[in-house]
Amino acid sequence: MALDQSFVGRSYPPTAPYEVGREKIREFAEAVGDAHPAYTDGEAAKALGHPDVIAPPTFVFGITFKAAGQAVTDPRLGLDYSRVVHGDQRFAYVRPIRAGDRLTVTSTVESVKSLAGNDVLDIRGEVHDETGEHVVTAWTTLVARAAEED
Amino acid sequence: MTAKVPYADVEVGTELPARSFPVTRAALVRYAGASGDFNPIHWNEKFAKEVGLPDVIAHGMFTMAEAIRVVTDWTGDPGAVVEYGVRFTRPVVVPNDDKGTAIEVSGKVTAKLDDNTVRVVLTATCTGQKVLGMSRAVVRLA
Repeated sequence: MALDQSFVGRSYPPTAPYEVGREKIREFAEAVGDAHPAYTDGEAAKALGHPDVIAPPTFVFGITFKAAGQAVTDPRLGLDYSRVVHGDQRFAYVRPIRAGDRLTVTSTVESVKSLAGNDVLDIRGEVHDETGEHVVTAWTTLVARAAEED
Repeated sequence: MTAKVPYADVEVGTELPARSFPVTRAALVRYAGASGDFNPIHWNEKFAKEVGLPDVIAHGMFTMAEAIRVVTDWTGDPGAVVEYGVRFTRPVVVPNDDKGTAIEVSGKVTAKLDDNTVRVVLTATCTGQKVLGMSRAVVRLA
């Protein structure tokens, strides 16, 4: 079923702040098997010029994807989440995310398409810290694969 | 931000050290917990097959997280990554055994840009087939 085109350009209010915890960063780095000390050792991070431990480059996805859920799970959009796979992902960083950041995400639906029976949704998430500084932008493409014909 | 690789020492065509990253079912369960992505296609074989997948597949974001390590291990500072994007072209199918599978990643500098940055194009394969397309990063060097 075609997605609702009226969602294109729709922006959602900023999410409630997500506080980046150092143990959450550690858990994430361990889950991807990355032992880089900048993720767990404040002194190692400082030696690289960061004020505190930083998060791996893809860490923010968990925050932006949850924010994108405002659109993704809206039944009026019509996306079949059971058939969704991740199509594309891109990040542009102003600075790395670090422990103690309180991040808000503003999500915007950039496009809604139907390609070869697949529904394709592009969402942009702008991430700001508690001072209003822009930290990173995430672009996410989700594809709901067409169901096979029986 | 203090990358360890000097911009002046890098040329277009410079190859980054390639890496092989193992992926097991246990790793996916752990990643699901750490990332908050509990989509059952990443841990429930029955569900994955019902929606037309060959088996449980790795989170695209798990593959993306592994691939960038070729860049962050090279520069020495993960905070030096300015941009990073991928297309998930083929799923990483993870068998239900202790061995799992592996993602092979290599990288090459394809452009020297302004402000001490370079573009790196990454190649990621699993069982000989490309799993990421248009996989590129911009990273700031020393």
